[in-house]
Amino acid sequence: MAYDKFTVLKSTAVPMPIENVDTDQIIPARFLKATERKGFGDNLFRDWRYNSDNTPKKDFVLNNPIYSGKILVGGKNFGSGSSREHAAWAIYDYGFRCVVSSFFADIFKGNSLNIGILPVTVSEAFLDKIFKAIEANPNTELEVNLPEQSITILATGESEKFDINNYKKHNLTNGYDDIDYLQAMKDDIRNFAQGSIY
Amino acid sequence: MSKIPATLFDKVWDAHIVRSIPDGPDVLFIDRHFIHEVTSPVAFLGIESRGIPVLYPERTFATADHNTPTIHQDQPVKDPLSAKQLAALSGNAQKYGISIWALGSPKNGIVHVVGPENGITLPGMTIVCGDSHTSTHGAFGCIAFGIGTSEVEMVLASQCIMQPKPKKMRITINGKLGKGVLPKDVALYMISQITASGATGYFCEYAGEVFENMSMEGRMTVCNMSIEMGARGGMIAPDETTFSYVKGRDKAPKGEAWDKALAYWKTLKTDADAVFDKELVFDAANIEPQITYGTNPGLGTGITNTIPKATDVKDGEASYKKSLTYMNFEEGQPLLGKKIDYVFLGSCTNGRIEDFRAFAQVVKGRKKADNITAWLVPGSHIVEEQIKKEGILDILNEAGFELRQPGCSACLAMNDDKIPAGKYAVSTSNRNFEGRQGPGARTLLASPYVAAAVAVTGVVTDPRELLGEG
Repeated sequence: MAYDKFTVLKSTAVPMPIENVDTDQIIPARFLKATERKGFGDNLFRDWRYNSDNTPKKDFVLNNPIYSGKILVGGKNFGSGSSREHAAWAIYDYGFRCVVSSFFADIFKGNSLNIGILPVTVSEAFLDKIFKAIEANPNTELEVNLPEQSITILATGESEKFDINNYKKHNLTNGYDDIDYLQAMKDDIRNFAQGSIY
Repeated sequence: MSKIPATLFDKVWDAHIVRSIPDGPDVLFIDRHFIHEVTSPVAFLGIESRGIPVLYPERTFATADHNTPTIHQDQPVKDPLSAKQLAALSGNAQKYGISIWALGSPKNGIVHVVGPENGITLPGMTIVCGDSHTSTHGAFGCIAFGIGTSEVEMVLASQCIMQPKPKKMRITINGKLGKGVLPKDVALYMISQITASGATGYFCEYAGEVFENMSMEGRMTVCNMSIEMGARGGMIAPDETTFSYVKGRDKAPKGEAWDKALAYWKTLKTDADAVFDKELVFDAANIEPQITYGTNPGLGTGITNTIPKATDVKDGEASYKKSLTYMNFEEGQPLLGKKIDYVFLGSCTNGRIEDFRAFAQVVKGRKKADNITAWLVPGSHIVEEQIKKEGILDILNEAGFELRQPGCSACLAMNDDKIPAGKYAVSTSNRNFEGRQGPGARTLLASPYVAAAVAVTGVVTDPRELLGEG
């Protein structure tokens, strides 16, 4: 599915300094009963965001109007658990384009890259700086620069580099996905399949 | 020149590389692709909108499991959204010529149970499914892992996925497991030792006497839980136990094809001197029956222990305290004697015949505790039939338990099998996340022995007290 190209993103950020945010929290299983990819943002963090009578929980960060932006900053081991891509869809549909953490679960990271969300892994020290900067001023802007592979706290100029392989970087900056690539190598795949013992 | 020593993982991975992209992922050929109703509909919409056919429909197998009801399966599914997803799966399977075991089929069941029991899963394969517990199939020496829906679309379109090669870890456990200790306890013990994220970025091989002496059902339980320590997958070298399990199954090779395959499968083991990025060693003697008390699978301990203090756990203090608040537990509280409301036996982790045998062994001659609601859900119709054939159903009924029909059920509570808010459930499934078994539900993960001991006493009980001598 096509997604917006990602180059440089300058935005305020939403802080969520909780470890082990699993995909059941990002989107509970009972909201996976769709046959189309739409509307998942409404149920992002459903049980942390709403009471059982569907009234918003006042102390949850997404319900606090002082925080907003296209960047979500999470604690260590973000996106653990289920492989549901719906978690990444919900984050994208809500309006985030980038998630920052000191550590991502593998499947969540792959799913994000595949749908045009940039997962940025920073050191624990830098993550702490981001949380502190947002705590001091919720209007703190971050700049995520994919071509330069850097993330900067604009107010202080503090910056850190992040890793991403060239293939995925190229895809994200151009809005390509893996199927475009795989379609172009079908002959190789057919040849390979002929040698399969299974 | 002598060959560079390779790990089991290297051998299987390298045998499936169609292309390596410099400073990018490998393009891996996928031998088997399993699909279910929840993570596949959007993938089919994707190939449809691109106008791409399914490249090798005979390599994909569909089963309905995630939101199927576990009672009255002969009647129409009441929930319209679930019914629509199930219809989409059947419709897509029919349209693209993919074989399907839909709800009502005698071979229907949980994807990670029906794959192995029908010989679709074979040693040395690459296997993917839009479900993180695909790691289960690693029990057969497969590279098997969960994928997202974009990747499901990729596999339908090209029979390949693109993955950077993960790092390699080996966990070795030698010695003999003690009385009352099951493969689930081994899995929960490992996760508690290395945390829920300790193996992220790695593919894990399990080695040593404990795994060599384990049945295929037990190996599947262990490999299933690999994802709960963050590993993309786990695998165990195929051996005689594997080969005798596979031989004769419906879709396993026969005759000459079997001999040829077997000769290859026997080469699938880690060479002496092969190097891992990380090696961990545990002692079987240190593993007692386990139970979790927190909201990630790493927060578990021996059943006779107390809940650790925040200062003694590897998770951050704030996250740990949030976890205990959700569970309404306190630091230092004992687990034994804690009153429980629900028991769930089932799931792709512990929904196989051995799990029901273990449960029956404990409840035989005893009665279900009055305060317990028990949901016993076989992993497939084949397991269900075996339960009846072996007389296990009679033992269960005699003790006041009923058997439900196969499916994922209360493991993720997509159907009506939801634990009510605030209630405690001892579950043989794989995740104790907040709300996993229903909004507000509190889950303690454990083995079938522990689940059975709880089911007949109504409280957290050490199963060793109920198991006979020997």
